[in-house]
Amino acid sequence: MIPQEFNYSRPGTVQEAVDLLADGEAKVLAGGMSLIPLMKLRLSAPEHVVDLGRIADLTRIAEEGGSLHLGALLTHHQVATSALVQEKCPLLAETAAHIGDSQVRNMGTLGGSAAHADPAADYPAALCALEAKVRLVRKGSERVVDIGDFFVDALTTAVEPEEIISDLILPVEESGTGVSYQKLRQPASGFAIVGVAARVRTSGGRITMARVGVTGLSATAYRATGVEALLEGSEGSQADVAKAAAAVDEGVDAISDLHASSDYRRSVARVYTARAIQAAL
Amino acid sequence: METTVSKKTERMVGKPIRRREDPRLITGTATYVEDIELPGMHYAAVVRSPHPAANIKGIDTREAEQHPGVVAVYTGKDIDHLGAVPCAISLPDLRIPHHHLLAQDRVYYVGHPVAVVVASDRYVAADAVDLVEVEYEPTDSVSEPEEALQDGAPAVHAEWPDNVAFTHDQAGGDVEKAFAEADVIVKERIVSQRLAPSAMEPRGTVASWNSGDETLTVYSSTQIPHILRLLMSGVLGLPEHKLRVIAPEVGGGFGSKCELYPEEALTAFIAMKIGKPVKWVLTRRDEFLATIHGRGHVDYYELAAKKDGTMLGLKVKIIQDVGSFHMLLTPAMPTLSVLMLPGLYRFKNVDAKVVGVFTHRMATDLYRGAGRPEATHGIERMVEVLAAELGMDPVELRKKNFVPPSDFPYDTPMGVSYDSGNYAAILDKAVETVGYSQLRQEQQEGRQQGRLMGIGIATYGEICAFGPSPALPAGGWESATVKIEPSGNVTVMTGVSPHGQGTQTTFSQIAADELGVDIDSISVAHGDTSTVQHGVGTFGSRNTSVGGTALVLAIRELKEKIETYGAFLLESDDVTYAEGVCTCNKTGKTVPLAEIAPKSWFGPTFPPNTQPGLIATNYWEPPNFAFPFGAHIVVSEVDPDTGEVAIKRYLAVDDCGKVINPLLVDGQVHGGVAQGLGQALYEQVVYDDTGQLVTGEYMDYALPKAAMVPTIETDRTETPSPVNPLGVKGVGEAGTIAASPAVVNSVVDALSHLGVRHIDMPLTPEKIWKLVQQGGSA
Repeated sequence: MIPQEFNYSRPGTVQEAVDLLADGEAKVLAGGMSLIPLMKLRLSAPEHVVDLGRIADLTRIAEEGGSLHLGALLTHHQVATSALVQEKCPLLAETAAHIGDSQVRNMGTLGGSAAHADPAADYPAALCALEAKVRLVRKGSERVVDIGDFFVDALTTAVEPEEIISDLILPVEESGTGVSYQKLRQPASGFAIVGVAARVRTSGGRITMARVGVTGLSATAYRATGVEALLEGSEGSQADVAKAAAAVDEGVDAISDLHASSDYRRSVARVYTARAIQAAL
Repeated sequence: METTVSKKTERMVGKPIRRREDPRLITGTATYVEDIELPGMHYAAVVRSPHPAANIKGIDTREAEQHPGVVAVYTGKDIDHLGAVPCAISLPDLRIPHHHLLAQDRVYYVGHPVAVVVASDRYVAADAVDLVEVEYEPTDSVSEPEEALQDGAPAVHAEWPDNVAFTHDQAGGDVEKAFAEADVIVKERIVSQRLAPSAMEPRGTVASWNSGDETLTVYSSTQIPHILRLLMSGVLGLPEHKLRVIAPEVGGGFGSKCELYPEEALTAFIAMKIGKPVKWVLTRRDEFLATIHGRGHVDYYELAAKKDGTMLGLKVKIIQDVGSFHMLLTPAMPTLSVLMLPGLYRFKNVDAKVVGVFTHRMATDLYRGAGRPEATHGIERMVEVLAAELGMDPVELRKKNFVPPSDFPYDTPMGVSYDSGNYAAILDKAVETVGYSQLRQEQQEGRQQGRLMGIGIATYGEICAFGPSPALPAGGWESATVKIEPSGNVTVMTGVSPHGQGTQTTFSQIAADELGVDIDSISVAHGDTSTVQHGVGTFGSRNTSVGGTALVLAIRELKEKIETYGAFLLESDDVTYAEGVCTCNKTGKTVPLAEIAPKSWFGPTFPPNTQPGLIATNYWEPPNFAFPFGAHIVVSEVDPDTGEVAIKRYLAVDDCGKVINPLLVDGQVHGGVAQGLGQALYEQVVYDDTGQLVTGEYMDYALPKAAMVPTIETDRTETPSPVNPLGVKGVGEAGTIAASPAVVNSVVDALSHLGVRHIDMPLTPEKIWKLVQQGGSA
């Protein structure tokens, strides 16, 4: 890698990190799976890089007050293989296992992926379906943002330049809930052409709760609330699922690129939504 | 010094031994160009055109030159006295534009080198690239070869407004008569898309000039160090004896390093200019932009046949996307396709018309298979189209038309002579192994349940073991020197330049058996023009067949000398050398090689009329090419909802003649199949309408990863080649050649009941999905 010259800081604590970011001029480095390629191509040339990689506090996994708190610096591999995450938040563990390849999963991080907000990244679909909350820390204060307010646009989130993501807060899955993440991979990058994360709870032969998160189809990941509404209260028959899945791209401005046209993406989104729901049922 | 050499006990040829190269490759102790550090090293970085076509109105290098650490900036005017990037092919109609090392007043493709910056630090050099101000005046460009042929298309080179780079017509038999007698003629337009060769190690060069004795040493990631020395000598105007080229460890090439690239010569030029060693290594992005691409064909096929399936004749029009300049062998790519157009089939009437077309893109040239995958893809697709048209089973149709075993050597209508083969036998073996008839039954049953399962067959013949010298611009022979060191250990020097093939291993196996010594007593050297006798290099599946034969013949000559020494030492006139020992046939007395070797070098007395030392060199000129063949069968399943293709089985049955090392043969097949499968399903170099390269990173260029490659079942038949004493044919390219038609045939077969007859590569899910949606009509 031959990037432009930059200053490099490697804080040991969250406090040190937010102090370094306080002037809003530095760029945060987590696992480096997005920033490093951009710097390598000189598409990004930050003057100051703050590497969070050695902050032990950011790799915490804890169950507190009925929620799962996952540190932003947990690698995809750690999320995928954590027994606690597998038990309490199986959708996220399953999604993590679908990301990239083993090299990427060993380096890339939960918070880094969320903060980069690639429209084709896997995690955002699950985070939407999980109605995750994101804790943002800056010098002297912190705030918690709902995932629905977090993804603003392609590569744009609610994170301010002087903030870092400290952890993500996820619901502990109740019994009777099935989950699944289904994805059509872009063959070169391994990102999702379309990825659909589903959580479905049934009781007494009816779907009582459905949450569907979609990535890859549009500029930001989103919750397909139309699909959820059609599912909830239904018996979850094949016809019910197909009808609900058909609503996944309603009102969505679908992406078209080298790898898939918008028409194809829409069609695949409907297919994969149905598959994710079926698998979750 | 090791003075004892253990006697050999088992034959090495045919054993699946692990590569002797592996320890250094796996432990990171191999030395690639990037690893070479010389005192006072400087670094070169290239300024490249962002435009596919533009006039250069001016270049301002002042800011870059003043940047701290920058030593020099060179532009087109600084190198206009140097020779051109060479093209070694001659064809009657060939138009060769002068290909300067750096653009002069125009640029012709995105990535075209415009200037080169030299600095004492590679980071500084990269920074200074951005400081070179080039004023461009963009002009209209043309990317697609068929568009470039249309009237009014922008001229890539003003002197040739039709954009025709060359034409080449070749015919055999009476094709018009064949077509007149045909009951059925099937036609198809078949594209073999541009591909990026994707060697794991990018190109790179280190050059070092010794001003005292005026010699230049060039380390380059190349497949052809000896030829590169000759070519570079011509470009730089420095005689060969002043020039040493070393191919250090080379991390793959697949044909893409069979060139003299502008940057290689520029690095050498700069080293001579500044009197300091200079390193230049390509980034992956620039590798996509400025390393040759492979394939790039648009072909129009017409196949004529009788109702009973007898194939009569073939007409093919090949449109080769040349790019803006020829590289070393560019025009030979489609002419190689022409040689293999008839495939394994015995029809005698072929008419081929080739047109090479200039476009505003990087040049095309050799990539694994080099012209042969395109031809094989074409004929193997056309056989399937014909089978569908006639309602015949594609296995039966092929067997009906194969050249029979009794016809070898078989003279094809394209003027080559297939050396040996048994095509029906290998297809039968593949069909039996895969369980063809059960698969057909499964397919029928599956269709009733809406499953889209396909069975794809591809048979192929390959021209390799390049080759007789008349077929190559700089000799087709190969060389070997074998030296028995005073200790009795053996040094082999080969003129080939392996870069991942495992040739050090296979040549050690061959030498161990021929000399009857332990394999660990043998080392194999290559790639340094100062220490290795002249050689040709590694391409066209020639290492073992041509270089290995030179090795065998050198050893056979050496064995005569060993016997001369053995006779001298045993005071006998009748000795035989075998298994590391000379034996007197009269007395039974023996003397081992370990004792003969030091006495051959140190005496004190020598046999009369015999030079000291045990060393022999052989240059072997092959009398013909060799023609491997095979049958690959693919079972695939198409997801009707999304168009995704899943490869359920991949069976490769290949015949590469005599096998030296089955492990390496399997490895070559695996790697080759992965690349052919990559072309079939994933890979494509895409330039957009404005001439920009869209697939400039592995984020967008879909090279198959391990998880995307299915389990490959391999099997073989073994038909020795009569062309060389080893009986070997070659296997470097076979997998790549067979895989693309096998995969595409399987997917077309899966959709055949919808009326699908052909799909162009890559078979993206979206392309397949559309066909399914439209009920098969594209």
